[in-house]
Amino acid sequence: MCDKTIICRCEDLTAEEIREWIARGYSGFEEIKRVSRIGMGACQGRTCRRHLLNELARAGGISPAEIDLSTFRPPTKPINFAAIAGVDQDAKNS
Amino acid sequence: MQKTADVVVIGGGSIGCATAYNLARSGFRRVVVLEKGYLCRGSTGRCAAGIRQQWGTEMNCLISRGSIKHFEVMNEMLEYEDDVEFRQNGYLMITYSEKEAAMLKNNLALQERLGIPVQFLSIDDVKEIAPAVNTERVVASTICMEDGQANPFKVTDAYARAARKLGVNIYTYTEVTGFRLEDGAVKAVLTNRGEISTPLVVNATGAYARLISEMLGHDLPVKPERHQIVVTEPLEPFLKPLVMNFFHKSYCQQVVNGSMLIGYGDPHEPEGINYSCSWQFIRELAEKIIEQFPIMKNVNVIRHWAGHYGISPDGQPVLGPVPGIEGYYLALGCGKGFMLSPMIGELVAQAVAGQETTLPIDILSIERFEKGELIVEPAVV
Repeated sequence: MCDKTIICRCEDLTAEEIREWIARGYSGFEEIKRVSRIGMGACQGRTCRRHLLNELARAGGISPAEIDLSTFRPPTKPINFAAIAGVDQDAKNS
Repeated sequence: MQKTADVVVIGGGSIGCATAYNLARSGFRRVVVLEKGYLCRGSTGRCAAGIRQQWGTEMNCLISRGSIKHFEVMNEMLEYEDDVEFRQNGYLMITYSEKEAAMLKNNLALQERLGIPVQFLSIDDVKEIAPAVNTERVVASTICMEDGQANPFKVTDAYARAARKLGVNIYTYTEVTGFRLEDGAVKAVLTNRGEISTPLVVNATGAYARLISEMLGHDLPVKPERHQIVVTEPLEPFLKPLVMNFFHKSYCQQVVNGSMLIGYGDPHEPEGINYSCSWQFIRELAEKIIEQFPIMKNVNVIRHWAGHYGISPDGQPVLGPVPGIEGYYLALGCGKGFMLSPMIGELVAQAVAGQETTLPIDILSIERFEKGELIVEPAVV
């Protein structure tokens, strides 16, 4: 994967930026998520999670399976307050 | 892992890292931080990131006032290459009842006396400062424009990196399992990775503080209180201050990336540590948010989590030595640990080093609960 490839689309992070965080000594999935915001956007890591795992595995010389993931949390997909509360949504943007 | 230390700080949140940094600065050479997970895995990383001075007890006001002064210069003070994202966008306190309005007025008198710039607002002022707020039921409101927010991950990271530069060793994924005591004095901390001999221990474990005290045979009246928080998709900036609603007991603010952070603790919550989150909570929260911010009706929630306050009987921090256990110190913010961490780190390090403390922390000693000298903080949410 080239340096300029965007690996987290929600937070607009490239492979190069993630490699820089790793080079600065942030080693785990949780640490990198918290400093870079990778996986914290609207999709909650659907695409970037596996890319970050690959980068961490490569940097640490280990298998991606050995790396702890961050917690999966509800809601599974974005849902608006009106739908949660069971009230009518506004026509636009819903 | 090293076998001996001059002082061991338990807890890798904002208070633990700030205490370790201040201990190293005050001359301790071998300072160790033990964290059972990764840094800020506990309450710091789960909090709503607010920083306020609008409290109802003198000590809470003074510690928060001192902390704000540290936050204002934190990037430079800690030579942080990143940004702790401290923003002074204000804290807007709103109430729907006369009783809570009276509390705000009492607090305002105290805050004015201590030099905290708080203003009483008219409904028109609220509409101007935060047009998104539904003011229909608002009875009274105050704001302090020096209050605001910072990024808890970055603040902890900034202290941790500055501490490491001063020689502090931070061991993550290292859990404390017990202590070795001799003649009522701390001799060693036992962990899942071995034993560290040390004469001094600082408990900075927030909601877990009671469990650490139990290992020392000490009964600590600081209990976990679960709060749940949701974060939304990022939005264009539309809400400047954090809005604290005393009727809903909720807090809501727009953070630097544009997301809204909204949360509260259910008053009927059973005591204990519980990191799960419930649909019942998010449903109630949605109703409250639609009432308070009608324009947020169509905004998407993307994540929902839980965390804990380590709440004390009077809502004030518990700081300093524990009588009867030589070498054991408490550094507990009690529901406001993140926002008070710069000053708590400084004060507790001073106490451990035997120096004069910047503020008189004896008032916040654990002894007050036995003596019944509680000074109750009325403005806890």
